[in-house]
This record gives sequence, C-alpha cells and structure tokens, in this order.
Amino acid sequence: MSKIHVQTTINEEATEFLCEPRESLLEVLRETLGFTGTKEGCNDGNCGACSVTLDGVLIDSCLMLAVEAEGKSISTVEGLANPEGLHPIQQAFLEHAALQCGICTPGFLVASKALLDHNPEPSEHEIRHWLAGNLCRCTGYDKIVRAVLEAAQTVRASA
Amino acid sequence: MKDFEYCAPKTLREAVALKAEKGEAARVLAGGTDLIVQLRGKRFAPDRVIDIKNIADVNELSYSPRKGLIIGAGVPCWRVYNDAEIAELYPGLIDSAAIIGGIQIQGRATFGGNLCNSSPSADTIPSLMTHSAVCNLIGPNGKRKVPVVDFCTGPGRNVLEPGEILVSLQIPGIKKNTGAHYQRFIPRNEMDIAVVGVSSQVVLANRGKEFKEARIALAAVGPTPIFAAAAGEALAGQAVSDEAIAAAAAAAQSLATPISDMRGPAEFRTHLVGVLVKRTLEGAIARARGKFVANAVQEAAG
Ligand SMILES: Cc1cc2nc3c(=O)[nH]c(=O)nc-3n(C[C@H](O)[C@H](O)[C@H](O)COP(=O)(O)OP(=O)(O)OC[C@H]3O[C@@H](n4cnc5c(N)ncnc54)[C@H](O)[C@@H]3O)c2cc1C
Ligand code: FES
Ligand code: FES
Repeated sequence: MSKIHVQTTINEEATEFLCEPRESLLEVLRETLGFTGTKEGCNDGNCGACSVTLDGVLIDSCLMLAVEAEGKSISTVEGLANPEGLHPIQQAFLEHAALQCGICTPGFLVASKALLDHNPEPSEHEIRHWLAGNLCRCTGYDKIVRAVLEAAQTVRASA
Repeated sequence: MKDFEYCAPKTLREAVALKAEKGEAARVLAGGTDLIVQLRGKRFAPDRVIDIKNIADVNELSYSPRKGLIIGAGVPCWRVYNDAEIAELYPGLIDSAAIIGGIQIQGRATFGGNLCNSSPSADTIPSLMTHSAVCNLIGPNGKRKVPVVDFCTGPGRNVLEPGEILVSLQIPGIKKNTGAHYQRFIPRNEMDIAVVGVSSQVVLANRGKEFKEARIALAAVGPTPIFAAAAGEALAGQAVSDEAIAAAAAAAQSLATPISDMRGPAEFRTHLVGVLVKRTLEGAIARARGKFVANAVQEAAG
C-alpha cells in the first residue's frame, strides 16, 4: 500500500510525515518521528501509556490511525516541559516519587495535564476517576494521586 | 494488521459510494475503539476503511424540543456528556456515555460505533432502546429509519446492509415527568465490560404516584441487547410501589436468556437483572420526580 502524506501539528510545531494507513499514531510518533516519550503498554486501549491529546482531548494513540491526524493538533509528553524547566506536574511526580519503572509515567503526566486543563481543582476521587484508564504496576497509585493534587495547587497558585 | 486503503470522504454521498463499491470488504471507522482493536486482532481484514469523521452530517449534536436529540455517528461520548443542556435533559443516556472505558476511550468512542459493533454487552444500547432512539441509515438505495430496538440481530450482527452507513441516532424530545437511569454490574469501578446492564425509563402521572409508561432494556443477558417490552408495559397504569417494581424485575428476569462465561454464571446474571431493574427503576422514578441521581462523573465529583 502506498504511503500517505499527513500534515499535522505536534507540540505546537507544524509537522509532516508519510505513513501507511494501518500504522497507528503511536507507531508513527515513536518510530517515524522519534517522540519516544509516548509509550506502548498494551496496544489495545487498556493501559493509557500511549496517552496524548488530540485537539485538547485526551486519547490513546494506539487506538488512532496516524492518517487520522491530518489537520489536527497533537500534544505529547515532550511538550510538557519548557526551556525554563519541568511542568509542575512533572516536578510533583519527581518530588512525590510517583514513579518506579516509569513506563506508565508519560501517560499519567499527559492525562493529568488534560485533567488540570479541564478541572483546575480536582478532588482525590475525581483524580482517581479521571486516571482510571491509566494503569501502573509499580506505585500502587497513591503517590501519583498525591502528586497530581499538589501539582493542581501549584498550577492554581501560579495562574 | 493487514494493509488497507484509507478513505476520508467529506460527504455522505461519497461515503456511501465507497462503502457500496466494496460491501463487506469495507469497514466504517468512527472512533476506532472497537475497530482498530479488531483490525489488529484480525477479526476484520477489510480492503478499505472509511473514516466518516470528516462528514459534517455525522458530527451533528443538537437538541430541539420538536426534533429531539440528534447524535451524529461521529460524535464521541465526551461531547455528549459535556453538553450541559443534553446532560440535563437526558441523564439516562449520560449514565451510559460516562462509563464507556475511561476518559481516553470516551475521547473517541461514539454511540453509533457502540451500536454498530452490536455487542450484547454494549452499554449505550439499552439506554438508546428505552429512549426510543431511531437510527438514520443511508445506503445506495437512499435513506431509511430503523428503531434501535430492531437493529441488532446477533452478537456483532445487525440490520445494516453491506452498502449502508449509520448517519445519526435520533431520540425523541423528553416528555414531562420522565426519568431514565442506566446501571451495570462490573467487578471493578471502571474500565470493564458489563456482566449485566439495565436501563429503565419511566413516565409518571398523578403527581409522580403512578406509572404512565415504562420501558426496560437489558445488556449482556442474550445474544443481543434485549428490549424487555412486556416488563415495562405491565407497569403502565399501576401505582408506584415496591410490589409493582418487584413484579417488573421478575418479568424482566423471565425475558433474559443469559449464558455462563468468564464474567459470570447464568444464574448470577439472572439474579443481577432483578437487582438492576429494581435499582434503575428507582433511579428513573427519582429523576422523573425531579430528584438528582448521580452518574459516574458526578459521583466522582462527590
Ligand atoms: C479499553 C476499552 C474499554 C471499553 N469499554 C467499554 C465499555 O465500558 N462499554 C462498552 O459498551 N464498550 C466499551 N468498549 C468498546 C468501544 O469503546 C465501544 O463499543 C465504542 O462505543 C465504539 O465506538 P467507536 O466510535 O470507537 O466505534 P468504531 O470502533 O469506530 O466502530 C465499531 C464498529 O461499528 C462499525 N461502525 C462504526 N460506525 C459506523 C457507522 N456510522 N455506520 C456503519 N458502521 C459503523 C465499525 O465498522 C466497527 O465494526 C471499550 C473499548 C476499549 C478499547
Ligand atoms: S498502549 Fe495504548 S492504551 Fe495501552
Ligand atoms: S511506575 Fe512502573 S508501571 Fe507505573
């Protein structure tokens, strides 16, 4: 099958790539474009390691064809930090030791950022509900939830 | 995953031509949360995948008292439950939309895809049935309407002709004193497939003391979602009482034809039908009386 030319925006930069129709956005991000921050866990929508936002909406990049990205705007974990430093969510994950092996972490960071964009003051229950599509085998989730609670405070304080 | 041709038509006309040309060898792509998994698992190996999300008609999400609610076949769950007016008017539909997978899945998954995938355990289908939803279909021979209660014909099977596409779901405007509620039983809080799901809708009369109409539908207890018409009809004209609710639960149980599988034995599923009919009728009655009954998102918000 011949490759398709796709024009899209990734982390606010205009990006184009060639892909086969059957390639997922996850595959193209990682293998064609080198955005290896986005992880593959299950490749079937259950673990959230591949979370990205598409026009601001949180999705699993393993359940989207890369060709569907035409004309869309995608944000990955690489877009979180800026030259001045880490995003408050990343900082809070570090300080709360909210990761061990780290494979789930980019997905949790992207999902948590999407949560705070949508709800700047989430309760613990709301955080747990929002993050139900992200699995972590190591931390037991508690430190992740604490980190997101603190990050929410930091983001609100600096707003 | 096998190679396929990807098409993203901009009009229904083009989409139908692309579908009709290939018939069963073409699959429609809405949110892809079932289809992409199925392509990877080789359950389907189409020659062509037709992405409908660039067609204006399938992105319609609108409400008017006269036309009711229109949910285009490309509209993901999050758009439906984030629409304040729709969420207020159709809390029974939101119950379903807010529990499909997690937030990531809800970012893509559509009601239309849930229906066309035609799984017996699909969470939106019982709610669409109790809300008297009608499918707007289009094919090479033109348009036709099919009530959701007549849509599914077996596990993964439905009345769509090889060249046909679902354009939208149309749900009548809500009458006064109406309430609906959907619940499912799963062993976890989120991210699981219904062992049993039940939707109930009631219209009350006589200051909320009497059933004027009732509709009950069941998921995961038969080869298709089941519209338990007789169980709902028997409530019409009766006083709202524990006895009437228990009789409806028993009637629904007698219409369920569950199998035993890894999610639960048949006897347990029949038991759950009774429990969930009672709970969803109670929730529907409370909503019809203007009381607040939380959905999954509202529950998380406390
Ligand atoms: C992790 C995970 C969790 C899930 N949890 C749930 C859950 O809790 N409850 C539940 O019910 N489901 C669940 N699902 C299944 C799935 O998300 C839903 O069925 C969803 O609603 C499908 O919608 P979609 O838009 O993604 O459909 P798609 O995958 O795009 O399509 C589904 C099927 O319908 C066909 N189709 C789609 N649109 C049309 C159309 N307009 N015309 C003709 N044919 C069409 C497609 O060809 C395909 O065969 C889950 C899936 C995953 C991966
Ligand atoms: S890799 Fe996409 S959800 Fe697990
Ligand atoms: S830190 Fe290892 S899976 Fe989450």
